[in-house]
Amino acid sequence: MSFQPVKFYQTGTFTVGNRLLPPEERSVQASGKRFNSINSGHRACQGCGEALGARYAIDAAMEATDSQLIAANATGCLEVFSTPYPETSWQIPWIHSLFGNAAAVATGIAAAMKVKRAKGKVGDVRVVAQGGDGGTTDIGFGCLSGMFERNDDVLYICYDNGGYMNTGVQRSSATPAAARTATTPAVGHDPGNVFGQGKFLPAIAMAHDIPYVATATVADLRDLEAKVRRAMEFRGARYIHILVPCPLGWGTPSHDTIKMARLAKETGIFPVFEAEHGEVKSVLAIRRPLPVEEYLRPQKRFAHLFGKSPAVATIARIQALADKNIRKYRLQARQESH
Amino acid sequence: MEKPFAITLNPGSSLANHTGSWRTVRPEYVSRLPPCNAACPAGENIQGWLFHAESGDYEQAWRALTENNPLPAIMGRVCYHPCENGCNRQYVDASVGINSVERFLGDEAIKRGWKFATQAPISGKRVLVVGSGPAGLSAAYHLTRLGHQAVIYEAAELAGGMMRFGIPKYRLPREVLDAEIQRLVDFGVELHLQTKVTNILDTLKKGFDAVFLGVGAHIAKRAYIPAGDANKVLDAVSVLHNMEDASAPMLGRKVVVYGGGNTAIDVARTAKRLGAEEAIIVYRRTRDKMPAHDFEVEEALQEGISIKWLSTIKEAGESDIMIEKMALDENGFPQPTGEFERIEADSVVLALGQDTDLSLLDNVPGLIVDKGLIQVDKGMMTGHPGVFAGGDMANNERTVTVAVGHGKKAARAIDAWLRGETYAPPPKHEIATFERMNPWYYSDAPKTMRPVLDIIRRQSTFDEVLGGLDESNAQFEARRCMSCGNCFECDNCYGVCPDNAVIKLGPGKGFKFNYDYCKGCGMCVAECPCGAIRTVPEEN
Ligand SMILES: Cc1cc2nc3c(=O)[nH]c(=O)nc-3n(C[C@H](O)[C@H](O)[C@H](O)COP(=O)(O)OP(=O)(O)OC[C@H]3O[C@@H](n4cnc5c(N)ncnc54)[C@H](O)[C@@H]3O)c2cc1C
Ligand SMILES: Cc1ncc(C[n+]2csc(CCOP(=O)(O)OP(=O)(O)O)c2C)c(N)n1
Ligand code: SF4
Ligand code: SF4
Ligand SMILES: [Mg+2]
Repeated sequence: MSFQPVKFYQTGTFTVGNRLLPPEERSVQASGKRFNSINSGHRACQGCGEALGARYAIDAAMEATDSQLIAANATGCLEVFSTPYPETSWQIPWIHSLFGNAAAVATGIAAAMKVKRAKGKVGDVRVVAQGGDGGTTDIGFGCLSGMFERNDDVLYICYDNGGYMNTGVQRSSATPAAARTATTPAVGHDPGNVFGQGKFLPAIAMAHDIPYVATATVADLRDLEAKVRRAMEFRGARYIHILVPCPLGWGTPSHDTIKMARLAKETGIFPVFEAEHGEVKSVLAIRRPLPVEEYLRPQKRFAHLFGKSPAVATIARIQALADKNIRKYRLQARQESH
Repeated sequence: MEKPFAITLNPGSSLANHTGSWRTVRPEYVSRLPPCNAACPAGENIQGWLFHAESGDYEQAWRALTENNPLPAIMGRVCYHPCENGCNRQYVDASVGINSVERFLGDEAIKRGWKFATQAPISGKRVLVVGSGPAGLSAAYHLTRLGHQAVIYEAAELAGGMMRFGIPKYRLPREVLDAEIQRLVDFGVELHLQTKVTNILDTLKKGFDAVFLGVGAHIAKRAYIPAGDANKVLDAVSVLHNMEDASAPMLGRKVVVYGGGNTAIDVARTAKRLGAEEAIIVYRRTRDKMPAHDFEVEEALQEGISIKWLSTIKEAGESDIMIEKMALDENGFPQPTGEFERIEADSVVLALGQDTDLSLLDNVPGLIVDKGLIQVDKGMMTGHPGVFAGGDMANNERTVTVAVGHGKKAARAIDAWLRGETYAPPPKHEIATFERMNPWYYSDAPKTMRPVLDIIRRQSTFDEVLGGLDESNAQFEARRCMSCGNCFECDNCYGVCPDNAVIKLGPGKGFKFNYDYCKGCGMCVAECPCGAIRTVPEEN
């Protein structure tokens, strides 16, 4: 397991920092000298999980690569709120090209860096590509799958907020079943998004047998940082899928962003694990098991499930999906030991 | 600057965009009063001293503790720890073992010879303290800290009050008591033993600027029990007092103790240790009505003491006593039933409470005494200016901890009074209730139990019953503290802000907000484990 949780020490590794831990065991985010790869003044909504997840991930990547890092960014909130021309929040080399081609752009950069390095012009410069769930699971999927299949030396990070948030909350293939979006309104017989087959990109990435695939949420910083660090230990194609709640699209209070990510993990809705070469290596077990209702109820996008006559059957279907995750990824709560 | 094709503007930084203007509410750091601190009668800053113990800085922890209470090794043994009843951790798993960490620190201080450091410049004032119980010792300590000369007059041949002549050794070893008193003497407290004050106004004239009275309550309350000549009817206070003299009291093989308080329990347990085959407590109400603490009752039962509930003693004969059964009426008061029973008894010990001997206060004008208790104002001053009082003589909740709290409060009020001022305590912060916390962040960690002496040695010796924690256990226990309402620098606010609007000031300095960029999302507030941030509406 790449992340070894510290069990006691008051808050252990649950909090961002911990004065009781030796400095080398503290998180990147706890450091007063962290990079702040994405700077203040960005135009993300109050309580944006994506802005937070991007800083967590890219700061960790900067640390792991000794700041030798270039990022290619797909179109989407992260790009729009950080970089309204001519201002930018990025404090790292960063490029935006199109909505669907971030993986391909990153592949090109990685190839260029390889040549430059061979010519002795640069050191070991690493490349990340990043985008939203729409840019990743829908329009950018072809480029991404190609990048995986060729095993290009790129870490691709998907910030999954469950929809096309930047253009006004439209449905993506990562939108959860039953969720209301602008394109899946809460009307009719089966309100909200359909129960399709699901499209869980981490599993698809694993099917490419690439060196490293992981999922994470903004509620478990230490786990997220460890996964970025681990990803950087590999060459070839790597993929990290981070759940980043969106107060606007989910209809949750801005202060509950981390809580929502925590609930997604604790209910089994979102499995947190890592895999190497197509095999699951470790999972973040559930700590305080909860029914999915706890996760659904606070979100306005699921409000139609909890009206005068709650949609019991629908909630049960969602619970069944969570239960399947718990079975499949072995997420059952385990005793914390000391 | 030469610009590439199609580029017309130089790249700028988003720092130009002050997103703080979006804010409708703002986060603010606060200190809230931890419930443990709020519940401590001695006013200890528990969360504050645990903070130092967490990192292993025990001396600093002890210094922080003794800012309020000079007797941690005693406290860590005899205090009934109401702090733990307040502790928020009880809603997570079990309260923090505050009292056992306190004892560890107290013992550590004795072991390492830590001394109090002088604080204030010398005032030149002399303050008389009557009595060397916890109230007097605490008053003397705090007066010394404030720069005054504290002079204790103590009637007994040894200092400590009921801590020596009441609380048995098996709960408070005398070396511990002696060490903490000696430290106070080393700190500059003048202690005159065998110096009984008989007329306070006369004594005050001997160059004292004020007086604190802490004479306790030592006169045993009696109940009329017709007794044959041969039967021994004794009182608990003198039995326990005699335990400290050379002459151990002769109680016989079957001892009956009458009463339901902690003193009754202590006498019964003492009798057992002195060799009584049977020690029976007779109490007129039921267990849940008993003023003794549950854990003490439990410990006594373990040691083989039996208790007769709902019973009163009617008469004491030569070798037995007559008991009448009681029944509770609809108001919960015991009423006689007319049903009698005889039980064997070589002696009867009455433990029915104590009154204060107030004779030293005869003819002091202005004093008000109500139901045997001397009345004091918020600063512990009696109706006679310059005469302060506290401890058992001034309240009904008679504990060492309350006495220590009184002594502290009085010392601060005396200090102000000597300067012609009235002491105004700083305003109290709002309580850090559990609802204001985010308990997710605390690791699971069950409470550490103190070792208990085995039962055989508890029935025959006066060895201490409850052991202490060792260093690693004490530190573990300290680290179970959740630092309720007070920042403990976990970096959560600094980490979770999506706008990097929290500035980390460095170890011991905490954090501040950068309101130029804070959008007021409230994530830092929600994710602060200990509830040390609040949101306040932005004024437009
Ligand atoms: C058996 C027993 C067990 C107890 N167990 C506990 C316990 O576990 N935990 C707890 O918190 N509390 C316990 N208590 C209560 C606690 O001991 C008292 O509440 C506390 O000691 C009161 O402190 P004080 O300073 O007011 O008075 P005291 O401790 O009674 O001290 C008063 C002192 O004043 C002296 N004095 C009196 N008159 C004069 C005079 N005229 N001139 C000079 N000196 C004088 C006395 O000799 C005495 O030393 C127990 C009490 C008893 C009796
Ligand atoms: C080819 C193309 N189609 C549509 C758009 C419009 N567009 C911009 S951002 C966006 C949604 C992005 O959604 P996602 O990738 O999930 O990122 P999010 O904003 O949710 O973070 C869309 C549809 C575009 N820029 N380019
Ligand atoms: S957790 Fe700590 S600060 Fe909170 S009540 Fe308990 S001892 Fe006090
Ligand atoms: S998390 Fe940041 S933006 Fe949100 S209220 Fe706190 S300081 Fe302000
Ligand atoms: Mg999206």
